[in-house]
Amino acid sequence: MTAAAAYDATSQPAGQDGAVPDRAGQDGGTVSGATIVGGAMPLPPNTRFGAALRAVYVGQLSRARVARVPLLFVAAFQSLGIMLLLRGVVDTGNETTSEQVVAGSTVLVVAFIALNLLAQRFGALRAAGALDYYLTLPIPGSAVVLGTAASYASFAVPGTVITAVVGALLYGLPLSGLWLLLPVVALAGASLAGIGAAIGLLAPRQELATVAGQVGMSVVLFVGIIPADRLPAGVKLLRDLVPSTYAVDVLAAAFRPSIDWAAAAVDLLVCAVVAVIMLTAASMALRRAGNARR
Amino acid sequence: MDTGLDPGPWPAAGPLTGEYTGPQTGERVRNQPGMTREPAHRPTPCPPAATMGRVLSYAVRGLTRRHGVGEHAVLATCDLDLDIERGEVFGVLGPNGAGKTTLVRQLMGLIRPDAGSIEMFGWDVVSRPDIPPRLAAYLGQGDTALADLPVSVAVETTARLRGLGRPAARAARTAVIDELGLAPIAGRPLRHLSGGQRRLASVACALVGHREVLVLDEPTTGLDPTARRAVWSALQRRRDTAGVTVLLVTHNVLEAESVLDRVAVLEAGRVIACDTPGRLKASVSEDVRLDLVWRFEPPGDDPIIARLAQQAEITGRRWTTRMAAVDAREALARLTTGPAFAALDDFTLATPSLEDVYLALGGASRTLERS
Repeated sequence: MTAAAAYDATSQPAGQDGAVPDRAGQDGGTVSGATIVGGAMPLPPNTRFGAALRAVYVGQLSRARVARVPLLFVAAFQSLGIMLLLRGVVDTGNETTSEQVVAGSTVLVVAFIALNLLAQRFGALRAAGALDYYLTLPIPGSAVVLGTAASYASFAVPGTVITAVVGALLYGLPLSGLWLLLPVVALAGASLAGIGAAIGLLAPRQELATVAGQVGMSVVLFVGIIPADRLPAGVKLLRDLVPSTYAVDVLAAAFRPSIDWAAAAVDLLVCAVVAVIMLTAASMALRRAGNARR
Repeated sequence: MDTGLDPGPWPAAGPLTGEYTGPQTGERVRNQPGMTREPAHRPTPCPPAATMGRVLSYAVRGLTRRHGVGEHAVLATCDLDLDIERGEVFGVLGPNGAGKTTLVRQLMGLIRPDAGSIEMFGWDVVSRPDIPPRLAAYLGQGDTALADLPVSVAVETTARLRGLGRPAARAARTAVIDELGLAPIAGRPLRHLSGGQRRLASVACALVGHREVLVLDEPTTGLDPTARRAVWSALQRRRDTAGVTVLLVTHNVLEAESVLDRVAVLEAGRVIACDTPGRLKASVSEDVRLDLVWRFEPPGDDPIIARLAQQAEITGRRWTTRMAAVDAREALARLTTGPAFAALDDFTLATPSLEDVYLALGGASRTLERS
């Protein structure tokens, strides 16, 4: 029996092996011997990873049609507010600080959506028993986590563009390096979404997932927007541990006339590594989620 | 069983249509450890697996799962045995808290049993929890993860996740949406629908894309009678045309009697009976049930009232009694001609239902639904 067998109300399901099962049990139970090998029925294949990933991603993406404003723009409002507020405080002559504020605010949009909202989302799905839906489909858990994380990273794109452009205009920074926003949002999105997914799936209770997501976002805000040389020593260490820091550094460099490409590449690599680790952890947590509940 | 593709062949009430006559070979009576007590007429146990070289949809042995720890631990399923034949509509009936959901979640590989074995078409589900998603579709009681999506997108996404290509997924989506009458609301997000519509959309997600087995946990809860019949027809169609096995959890007696080939009655994590609804009902008693609903307090000095009051189970203004058919007829004749008639609002005389089976076998709960 192929997995790609659509049930149609007017036709048989596509039993490609020619075995239309009888009603066993009616007359002593004759089962089409052709389908039975070694006593067990041949298994339909799992859905391919790529197809499953695409289906999860596209499905999640269409949520934006239903909840456009909360998903796409609320995060930008917060960052725009912060930049406006700091515009009155920061000396625009100090370019390092300006770059940091705009870059930090932009990455904050990613953190709001990919970390905070995704942690809440997975926490809520788990609490409602809705993860059973994914767990009873023939798809790898990593496709669910990655597809959902990718969709949340995508939700962050409009907000980051708005924030970066408005911020650059507000603080008088050049817009020429802004193409770097693309890899930054992709990799910061992947790593922060990985953290968000892991929080949502591992937190023992939904409320804890929500709180942890918000704390995570606050950390990103704090260490992302305040320039590194003004942070106290302990917090500097925290700054080095948060993957968003590396995204902020790349984006801040994008506003400079000359970019240290080697440093930028290393920073992006750090984001990628964190993303792989956290998304793997979240995928493993998803498998566990069914058994742990109730 | 009258079959065919005409919609709505299963009546919402009336005589049992799903009269399951087999399995007649390879059947042997054996001890069911789950039995709490020996019923007067012992129902046919679920037949043992792998006799006659048959491959069962599910063969469950000694299934035990505990919830909680320490003194709060409860046995949600307790040393439970089940055999589910390929191509049958098998029901799990029981009151709330009987362990029905825990049972099917174990069958779907969502939770691991503490002890016991589950075989699905010969595959060991306990060591390979990835097996059930490949062979079965599941409808849980919880919300679907796709509640934000429009109905058609949710159904199509599910089809794609079951491995269908885009054109096949679209075709399957359209077919199942038409089949369940969801077309008028296909463009609306599940979240914005009423409870019953949302449930029906979730059923559509479970049915889309062919699976050998459908495991459905109370699929018709909250559905109106039309939608309920559409679901029952859809299940029957899949069974008849493709030999699909249906495992249906229900606490609704009417549903159990209308659609099931065989039913396992669950009480406190144990199977207290397992057979066709017809044989189960025949096995427990020749008695009939007389329900009386009073407009006001009936005259207590009437001897027939006094006698009924003693044996009736009284819920508010409703009295439910069980007695031999001849006694019930006589009681009813005297009630309807005597002075108590003025106080009588409504009455029903019914042959035993699965609820009576459940009660006769020692079931203690009163949460089974009748309609």
